[in-house]
Amino acid sequence: MAVVTPAPIEKRAVKKTSHTSTFTRVSRFVFVRLLVLFATVVVGIYLTIMIANMGGYVDRIMKGEIRDRVTQSIAANPAARQMDPAVRQKLIQDTIALEEKRVGLDVPIAIRNFRHLSNALTLSLGRAMNMTSDSGSKQVRLILLERLPATLLLMGISQLFLFFSSIFLALNLSRRYGNFWDKAVVALSPTSAVPPWFYGIFLILIFAALLKVLPFGGMVDSPPPSNPFDYSMSLLKHLILPVLSLVFSSFFLSIYNYRTFFLIYSSEDYVEMAKAKGLPSRDVERRYILRPTLPNIITNFALLIITLWTGATITETVFLWPGLGRTLYQAIGLYDIPIIVGSTIIYAYLLAMTVFLLDFIYALVDPRVKVGGR
Amino acid sequence: MNSLKNSFQNILYYPSAIVGMLVVFLLVFTAIYAMVKIPYNEAIRLWRGGEEIWYQNPKFAPPAWINFFSSKKYAESFAVRTSDGTMTKEVTPGAEGTSSMAVSYTFDFSYDYYPQELILYLSSTYDEKQPFISAEWLTPDGRQIRIVNLALNQKQTYRFSQDEKLRTRLRTDDVIPQLFSDPETGDLIRGKYQLSITGTTFEPDSDINAEFVFHGQVYGLAGTDQARRDLVVPLLWGAPVALAFGLIASLGTSVLTMVIAAVGTWYGGWIDELIQRITEINLVLPFLSILIMIGTFYSRSIWVILGATIVLSIFTGAIKGYRSIFVQVKESAYIEAARAYGASNPRIVFFYLIPRMIPLLIPGLVSAVPAFVFLEASLAVLGLGDPVLPTWGKIIQDANSNGALYRGYYYWILEPAVLLMATGLGFAMLGFALDRIFNPKLRDV
Repeated sequence: MAVVTPAPIEKRAVKKTSHTSTFTRVSRFVFVRLLVLFATVVVGIYLTIMIANMGGYVDRIMKGEIRDRVTQSIAANPAARQMDPAVRQKLIQDTIALEEKRVGLDVPIAIRNFRHLSNALTLSLGRAMNMTSDSGSKQVRLILLERLPATLLLMGISQLFLFFSSIFLALNLSRRYGNFWDKAVVALSPTSAVPPWFYGIFLILIFAALLKVLPFGGMVDSPPPSNPFDYSMSLLKHLILPVLSLVFSSFFLSIYNYRTFFLIYSSEDYVEMAKAKGLPSRDVERRYILRPTLPNIITNFALLIITLWTGATITETVFLWPGLGRTLYQAIGLYDIPIIVGSTIIYAYLLAMTVFLLDFIYALVDPRVKVGGR
Repeated sequence: MNSLKNSFQNILYYPSAIVGMLVVFLLVFTAIYAMVKIPYNEAIRLWRGGEEIWYQNPKFAPPAWINFFSSKKYAESFAVRTSDGTMTKEVTPGAEGTSSMAVSYTFDFSYDYYPQELILYLSSTYDEKQPFISAEWLTPDGRQIRIVNLALNQKQTYRFSQDEKLRTRLRTDDVIPQLFSDPETGDLIRGKYQLSITGTTFEPDSDINAEFVFHGQVYGLAGTDQARRDLVVPLLWGAPVALAFGLIASLGTSVLTMVIAAVGTWYGGWIDELIQRITEINLVLPFLSILIMIGTFYSRSIWVILGATIVLSIFTGAIKGYRSIFVQVKESAYIEAARAYGASNPRIVFFYLIPRMIPLLIPGLVSAVPAFVFLEASLAVLGLGDPVLPTWGKIIQDANSNGALYRGYYYWILEPAVLLMATGLGFAMLGFALDRIFNPKLRDV
């Protein structure tokens, strides 16, 4: 007895310290993690703002554009034509100054960058420089909100379908790997090297140009049907091709990846053991294969949710889909920095939030993981 | 090294790898052929050239080989000129320094569609008195149609369809079909047509040269675009550009990623910490948007975009993957042995750590190529392609902005698309096979 006593005491002590420090450990972890993530977002957004300005290069373009526009509009104004040249010149200068002040070009670029940064971080997205929403508003928030449903619809349907169908099919394939379908998926997985917009062009060619059964692009017929049922039917018709191209371009690789992943886990000893016990294959899959792979699947799902926000710029452009990706592309073409920054900050926040939450979710689904532990 | 060689020999057991390699070899061959056949400056001159280079070609013409697949035949384009003898010119001297000349060209027209346009490019030399020509059109059924009488300037272009007088004479708005059909029934007549030009010069040294350009409905091996350019040029030149962009970007990205990961893991401390923070920041940055911004605001040169692509692609998830493996490798016995004999830090990083990763690097490098090739094409489709270089993406963008799909010019999109697709699939298939060869863990599953 006497020989064994020191051990339990030490064990108890270790247990006690770890128990009392759970709260401090978690809160310290939360604090440090949030700080690091916030710093990451700040630096990322500042870099984006700098690039969107191209070191003042964009300012010169915009100043030139304003000068051009103001001079032309005053030259075209019959009232101004009667004026004395000096007065007219002063009017031009004043209007230019006013216009530059409106878009914020009157302050130095460094200050403007920080103003953009603090506005972005507090999510006061402000007003767009050139773009307007379809309802005529210049509020960045409204412009983005107006395009959000279109992107959520397109990306939501395709990405969710892709996610669930590939997990389901991959589980089926991993059960009987080496059969015809399995080999077919392996052989077809290089098709994912081709981006969705590329398949989109082929699909448009086949279904819109040759067979003439589906529309070339857009979101609804023009004019939009007033009847809600017709409207949704028209929407559905326009959705088929973009969704198909988004799904097809990732389909086989996604199945292949999950399948390989499941196969690695299903060769574990405890799975063999479960099979040997004679458990039904459904139970083996659910409890012994899916369970340990859950953290990875959740990570993938979380990242998927974030990609919904970014939209698919080129696919949306090819299909003339009025979503966020295409809006961002248009905003860049119009040098509209508030929209570029607004769209990026929301993505950055979503990403940071997801990364933060994933740490806790891992701890929830996997008992081996401790929040803030090593 | 020996095991590396063995691994490469294994490639022959994978049919997809063989197909992939074939495609890659074909591409490399095409790229070399393109660069030898059409030197860089010549390719740029042709691609940037306008009417003065491409006037002989019709617009929007599909390739000539579509006639094999179609029961109705499209007219093929041709151009003949007196200067190189493809069109015969007979000169008979007359009195007082005048001379008359006869130029004629007979061709067989056995197609089912009318040509797009007929054009005469006339040039003459004279001091004071302008030479004079008249052109006639002979149909297979023996009709003789007067086309035009002209006093020539130094250089003159005569377009058949634009001549108001000819329209009135033929009583039609559309001259070209009328020239090739029966005036009674309006049916197309096949057979030998002849264009004959008779000219008179009034000075001893005066001369006339003519070029007859027949813009058919189809042209050459690859067809033409909206600027009459022969698509063979950009299709051929797209191969070296795509290969260069894809390979340089992929090689640069993977090698730099690996070196940075190795350095970070080996030295540890603040270097490692810095690399990890940069990676996290880079994750927040919108990759495609930044490339679009650089293309829109700064430069559309393919080399600038290439540089930006590499810089943005270094600090991605891949660096974390390499890091986690390097952390394990760092503890292995052979590294300890190297340390024990006093190897310097750079020596360990470059001669011990990195070579260990080559089996992982090679498949990753090959598999990454399609993404970069398509990235270049994607930017071109958004209108941000290189303004100078002919690329496959630029063809697709031209086709798209000219409504090729709506107007039925399918060849225009399909040709570059098939090449891009073959490139992408070729590299992807090779990469997948290499991955299974070099990572035996995957081979069983």
